[in-house]
Amino acid sequence: MIGRLTAARAEPGPLLPLEVEGLVVEAGGRRLLDGLSFTLRPQRCTVILGPNGAGKSLLLRVLHGLVPPDRGVLRWPEPDPDRRRLGQAFVFQKPVLLRRSVRGDLAVALAARGVPRRERPARIAEALALVGLRGFERRAARSLSGGEQQRLALARAWALRPQLLFLDEPTASLDPAATRMVEAIVRDLAARGVTIVASTHDLGQARRLAQDILFLHAGRLLDRGPAEAFFERPASPEARAFLAGELPA
Amino acid sequence: MGEIGEAAATALRLLWSADPELFAIVALSLEVSLTATALAAAIGLPLGALLALARFPGRGALVLLVDAGMGLPPVVVGLLVYLLLSRAGPLGELGLLFTPTAMVIAQTILVTPIVAALARRAVADLLEDYHEHLTSLGLRPLAAVPVLLFDARYRLATACLAGFGRAAAEVGAILIVGGNIRDHTRTMTTAIALETSKGALEQALALGFVLILVVLAVNLAAAGLSTMARRIEG
Repeated sequence: MIGRLTAARAEPGPLLPLEVEGLVVEAGGRRLLDGLSFTLRPQRCTVILGPNGAGKSLLLRVLHGLVPPDRGVLRWPEPDPDRRRLGQAFVFQKPVLLRRSVRGDLAVALAARGVPRRERPARIAEALALVGLRGFERRAARSLSGGEQQRLALARAWALRPQLLFLDEPTASLDPAATRMVEAIVRDLAARGVTIVASTHDLGQARRLAQDILFLHAGRLLDRGPAEAFFERPASPEARAFLAGELPA
Repeated sequence: MGEIGEAAATALRLLWSADPELFAIVALSLEVSLTATALAAAIGLPLGALLALARFPGRGALVLLVDAGMGLPPVVVGLLVYLLLSRAGPLGELGLLFTPTAMVIAQTILVTPIVAALARRAVADLLEDYHEHLTSLGLRPLAAVPVLLFDARYRLATACLAGFGRAAAEVGAILIVGGNIRDHTRTMTTAIALETSKGALEQALALGFVLILVVLAVNLAAAGLSTMARRIEG
């Protein structure tokens, strides 16, 4: 049905590098993101690390265009916001799955992005194979286990062929086995050239996945750069305390 | 108690013997209520979706009005439709008073707010859940409507069943605008009221049994739908 409402759209140009300058988001008189400046490099896995309430999820939403910033500039190489959206996908901490079958859920996403009807079955089959959910096509999407739901959300994201994939705490509510599977999929997508930007408060996950780190604390960007350097020589006392596993007062 | 037992037995015999008058009354009741529900669905489902999705001046007042409309007193609606359709009324020339059409109009007015209010809540709940995902996909609001309506299908069907339940059990409005005319506008509920007042408990009870069966069937259908929804939606 929605296939008729959305015409096929032109492919976006390269989305990265993205230069962010002086990003500010405020709410209720509080600065939730306070003057962030950084560059997202292409074909890297950037992990936004920090404690709960640091502003990680909010930053992902601002980058993806779900929340408008109050101040600051996001300099994208692709000027058209609609085309930029076509090159991105977002996986939420709690996967948002439609009240229909696994296949139906993926089909809606593909139709929304203007993927021609004849191409959809192959895309769906390939995406489900990537995340190990072949044979689940007719199952109700919301009846899957937590780990399977997150893998389905990743399959849906991959089916859209994004240049840039945002992952908001993708394993926050998963057990170690499901976490391992999700991380393997993320590495697989990165190997296929997808630029990953993931938020987490899990140090182990950051060490396993990150090539670049953005360390957020109370809405401020206190540390950024290659992951190895960050883990060896964190620049801020807050990052040192976080790496040492110290509980905040 | 014995009288009721005797009346119930007679009622069952009437049902068993397929009494033509009884069945004509049941058929008219179903026809009027189903037509009113279909019309209410045609108006109420899009109206509910619109109120959930669109933002326009006066929307809050309209939502309040629709919600309040769920509790419209049937006799007042009956009276208003009577005034509208009576010979001296603005639509008197149509000659609809004391016809099944007048009964359909009254019931449609009663049922539409129920369908619209329940549909609005169903779509609004779903939108809250889906909003970020649909925005992330780049779906414009118009293109999101079919997705939301399809995914709310079980709750929308339940809204229509709730509307039908109200219509089938309603007596005040259709008594006023239909007139309870034998072989013309007599329905289960108006006939029950009449037969009870005449002391003809057998006829009243027989119709009462059928009415309860209809209401039970509607409730079973609603329960079945929500079970199916849980299984499919997870």
